[in-house]
Amino acid sequence: MQKILIQNGSVVFEDSVKKADLLLEDGKIVKIDSKIKADNANIIDATDKFIFPAFIDIHTHLREPGYTRKEDIATGSLAAVKGGFSQVCCMPNTSPVCDNPTIVYYIKNRAKEVNLCKIHPIGAVTSSLNGEKLTEVGKMKELGIVAISDDGRPVENSAMMANAMQYAANFGIKVLSHCEDSSLAKGGCVNEGKNATKIGLKGIPKVAEEIMIARDILLAEYYNLPIHICHVSTKTGVQLIREAKARGVQVTCESCPHYFTLTDDCILSMNAYTKVNPPIREEEDRIAILNGIIDGTIDCIVTDHAPHHEEEKNCAFDLAAFGISGLETSFALSYTHLVKSNKISLSKLATLMSASPAKILNLEGGSLSVGAVADVAIVDLNKKFVIDGQKFLSKGKNTPFNGMEVYGVVEYTIVNGEIKYKGE
Amino acid sequence: MLSKDLLGISLLEKEDIIEILKTATVMKKNLLAKTVDDSILKNAILATLFYENSTRTRVSFELAGQHLGAKTVSIVTATSSIQKGESLLDNGYTLDALGADFIVLRHSLAGTPHILAKATKASVINGGDGANEHPTQALLDALTMQEYFNSFKDLKVTIIGDIKHSRVAKSNIYLLNKMGAKVTVFAPNTLLPRGIEELGAKVATTKEQALQGANVVMGLRMQLERMESGLCSSFSEYNKYFGVCVDDLKFADKKAIVLHPGPVNRNVELTSEVVDCAQSQIYNQVTSGVAVRMAVLKLLKLAKG
Repeated sequence: MQKILIQNGSVVFEDSVKKADLLLEDGKIVKIDSKIKADNANIIDATDKFIFPAFIDIHTHLREPGYTRKEDIATGSLAAVKGGFSQVCCMPNTSPVCDNPTIVYYIKNRAKEVNLCKIHPIGAVTSSLNGEKLTEVGKMKELGIVAISDDGRPVENSAMMANAMQYAANFGIKVLSHCEDSSLAKGGCVNEGKNATKIGLKGIPKVAEEIMIARDILLAEYYNLPIHICHVSTKTGVQLIREAKARGVQVTCESCPHYFTLTDDCILSMNAYTKVNPPIREEEDRIAILNGIIDGTIDCIVTDHAPHHEEEKNCAFDLAAFGISGLETSFALSYTHLVKSNKISLSKLATLMSASPAKILNLEGGSLSVGAVADVAIVDLNKKFVIDGQKFLSKGKNTPFNGMEVYGVVEYTIVNGEIKYKGE
Repeated sequence: MLSKDLLGISLLEKEDIIEILKTATVMKKNLLAKTVDDSILKNAILATLFYENSTRTRVSFELAGQHLGAKTVSIVTATSSIQKGESLLDNGYTLDALGADFIVLRHSLAGTPHILAKATKASVINGGDGANEHPTQALLDALTMQEYFNSFKDLKVTIIGDIKHSRVAKSNIYLLNKMGAKVTVFAPNTLLPRGIEELGAKVATTKEQALQGANVVMGLRMQLERMESGLCSSFSEYNKYFGVCVDDLKFADKKAIVLHPGPVNRNVELTSEVVDCAQSQIYNQVTSGVAVRMAVLKLLKLAKG
């Protein structure tokens, strides 16, 4: 296998950023030092660039099998490596649903054929995501699932959620919970509040999310088992998790760039690119998500990459699909709004996008250290660009960030020691 | 000394268990030699009152009574006054009036034998009440173990399966703890009842850990309704991760025996190869069952005077 020597870059470690060279060989990081000399190595000049452990997205929708008009494993992988991701975990709400070993096997094989980033399927909690029957978690785990989730839908029934958490624990994996009380959220498409009322759209109240977060925390506490809360979007949600962590509950959580960069003022445009579930909330929530990231309540940043076909977005807000195409903007949005604005350090951002997601789902990678897997993203942090969905490699061009200027361009994404993406 | 009724192992003293097993050992010997003294329960009446289907347990009790010379009657749900809405106590009073000396009660609700016992002159034997106890099953399991191992001291007994809904597991845990054995349980977390450790069972986290060095491997029946209610995924996954196959037995002690209260779901909790292997004592348990029930009937009669 090819040797790669990355020279003169600034290496983002867990607690510091230092100038150093990195030597990658046989899929591993074999040396980190100043002025490394290596024969026959492919040399990447990273002068003025920053070297991150490649990013890991534990909440992605790749849409294959079934919804390949929106995205497929090949285009989703391209978008991932362009975004600096070496590993993505794809949610099971495909068609057929990833609720059995055969679909897991299919996804793993497609990922191997595409051979860009590492793809880890997430299995369904219940067959057909209908909340009634537990899936074959053990068999799916053997084939490569890293967690279970009915994402897109909540596990409404508390007994089923309790069973799922306990059963998943038998196989050493977690439930990722999409927290939403359907009886409260039903029919809504934006955050319930002043702006929804202003433009006449039915709202999804914050409490619909918070009730489920509270329930899942209580279940995790009662059974002394882990739970991971998906896409936290509200102030009270963050507070519930903060308090639970202080009590010692095994709860982790994630949020997405759109929850700390936007407020529901964006829906006033009536552009369905802003329609996402949970919905973009209000300023106090945005600030709370930022504070949750700063104080460590929020463990990681995910994309919730939810690509859709143009026809599913270019329609009445009520009819439009929920979701934002996020793989190609996640890093730049996070860097610009968290680090460049002096809220967190570069190392902390690397933790949020790489070390922490790896830890939550027990994946390899997540750090730059000798012996670690050679998953590396090289980024030009000084380079700015204007977000334009039409330039996405993902089939999903649906982004509410069109026209926004951000910093941080991924120049290389290296997966298992092989260059899988190289910018212009 | 036993009192009027046998309601649960938790209510017995170690000495009671030793006495029952001692009596049952003699009974089993005589049973196999067809030399049972059939005057022991002469003129006595044994009634089986079954609110839940169980052919084997009922037949086992009836045969035990008949071997000792008792007359047996059975009231089974489908043909009895139970369907007409008569209460448990009404049935008890009626059986008393009919002159029953023993009532064997099987009921889906925990605590029903205790209620019946207070109301009747007849001795009540718990033939299984809900998820509470099944004392004669634990006694027959113990008799079978004793044949192989003589002593219960530090015997490692591993119970694998649906512990949560199992009265058999509970009675065994009570009995084996009183006798000095060490009980380990293994099941999907969804089928482990809360607090089971405090009742005297170590919870294993892997099948290998559960079976390591076991002297006795006891499977429990897995019900289809556990899948339907979302506690488990499928029989095939259950068998793969929580069932016992011949390879799994390699973790156990070389001289380990395999038990199961029956009826077995072949290839779910135990593979067919395990059910039929040389170490399996599943059919010997059935014989032990008749002997243990004979011993219980004899000792209850003596206790009543």
